[in-house]
Amino acid sequence: MPPAVAVSGLAKRYGQVTALDGASWKADVGRITAVLGPNGAGKTTMVECCEGLRRADSGEVRTLGVDPWRAGPDHRARVGVMLQDGGLPNAARPLRLLHHLATLYARPAPVADLVERLGIDEFAGTSIRRLSGGQRQRVALAAALVGRPEVAFLDEPSAGLDPHARLEVWDLVRSTATAGSAVVLTTHSFEEAERLADHIVVVARGHVVAEGTLAEVTHGGRLEDRYFALTGRSVA
Amino acid sequence: MRSAPDPARSAPSPASAAASRGAAAPGLHRVLSQARFETGTLMRNGEQLLVALVLPAAVLVGLVHSEAVSLGDGRRVDLAVPGVLALCVISSAFTGQAISTGFDRRYGVLRLLGASPLGRTGLLLAKAAAVLSVVALQLLAIVVLGAVLGWEPHLGGIPAALAAILLGTWAFVALALLLAGTVRAEGVLALANLVWLGLLALGGVVVPGTELPGRLAPVVELMPSGALGDSLRAALVAGQVRLGDWAVLAAWGLAATLLARRFFRWGD
Repeated sequence: MPPAVAVSGLAKRYGQVTALDGASWKADVGRITAVLGPNGAGKTTMVECCEGLRRADSGEVRTLGVDPWRAGPDHRARVGVMLQDGGLPNAARPLRLLHHLATLYARPAPVADLVERLGIDEFAGTSIRRLSGGQRQRVALAAALVGRPEVAFLDEPSAGLDPHARLEVWDLVRSTATAGSAVVLTTHSFEEAERLADHIVVVARGHVVAEGTLAEVTHGGRLEDRYFALTGRSVA
Repeated sequence: MRSAPDPARSAPSPASAAASRGAAAPGLHRVLSQARFETGTLMRNGEQLLVALVLPAAVLVGLVHSEAVSLGDGRRVDLAVPGVLALCVISSAFTGQAISTGFDRRYGVLRLLGASPLGRTGLLLAKAAAVLSVVALQLLAIVVLGAVLGWEPHLGGIPAALAAILLGTWAFVALALLLAGTVRAEGVLALANLVWLGLLALGGVVVPGTELPGRLAPVVELMPSGALGDSLRAALVAGQVRLGDWAVLAAWGLAATLLARRFFRWGD
């Protein structure tokens, strides 16, 4: 089966700043791919190119076999997106927002299930503006999954969550992959990558410096040690 | 003749799993759904309602009952209602839309919806539909209040008034998007409110340019606010079409649309 996401030689510059300089990696259907890398390494730019939010300067990006830049609505319906800053309208309440987003899809997931699973019903009547960071994150995750995507891009889905909420999120991410989606998540958590990822991509200085299963990337060592060796530990 | 059993029928293959999901709702449905959502958000927002309905209504009552401000020759209520209709357009199409879009951009909402089946074009169409429905509600409220206050419009001028309102809505939405897509959200909040106040006082909206201090009149005629106010007064007081004002509105609409297309940034 062709990979759900295939990136080769991806380059992107912002003026004088080179964000990505020939990055190549892939993500498979039914598996969780974790993208690790220091802030500013180019993770977000890379994922945004795969989501069709940014256009690559050069190289090739294929999401579900299609160039995501300017891809049509039916393609976008197959791709779920959770942005780091949430992307949620401040004034709306979670339930109204999720029910609205569901109307954009022909065959959405049942909103009630997502809401119950992520514990959103506890704060369903509070506007997004008044939610805690972790609560907002759960709504953003539900927003990414409400269209039953074939590929879900999740930007730090469990950052800032308490341990219970984090387990719920991990369960949901795992069952999304088990149901046949490709999940691509960016993370700074070694624990998250070790426990959850089937496939690991390490990004540094605009390049992919390692890619493979946990064992392939770490050679049997600790992910944390390997990560610092790959990304150049710079301790102030 | 019977063919061999199709393996895809007996076990769910990835292809059939994919076919059972992952399609967008129809385009018109998406746009109308987003328009309803945005209108609902606007109507639930206290500050927006204040600017969209309460303040224009208060301005109308104040203008009709006080003689402090000269509105020109004619019955005060007949001169005041068209000006307040123009103010409504500026409230929703410019101030309300600039602030909501500015903050949606800041919080990544524009990026998220751009990546959703709605898309960027769908979002813009939905915003236009939402603004037009809010403007329609405002017009209804002001027309009813005007009638209570004794307003007698020139009925023959209603089509011309509607045309002016559509042109004015276009010009002010385009200006709102130009502002919201280029300036930080806090700056948009401050500027959009300041411009609203400035246009109310000196922009020829409710007080015609001819009643403002002499040097302002020629400037106000070329502003979208003055052109909208004057064309509505001409239509609803005398049943006249002022093509020059329509041209001014269209020129602002075109210029702001082109600039917004060029400079609008979807993310912060």
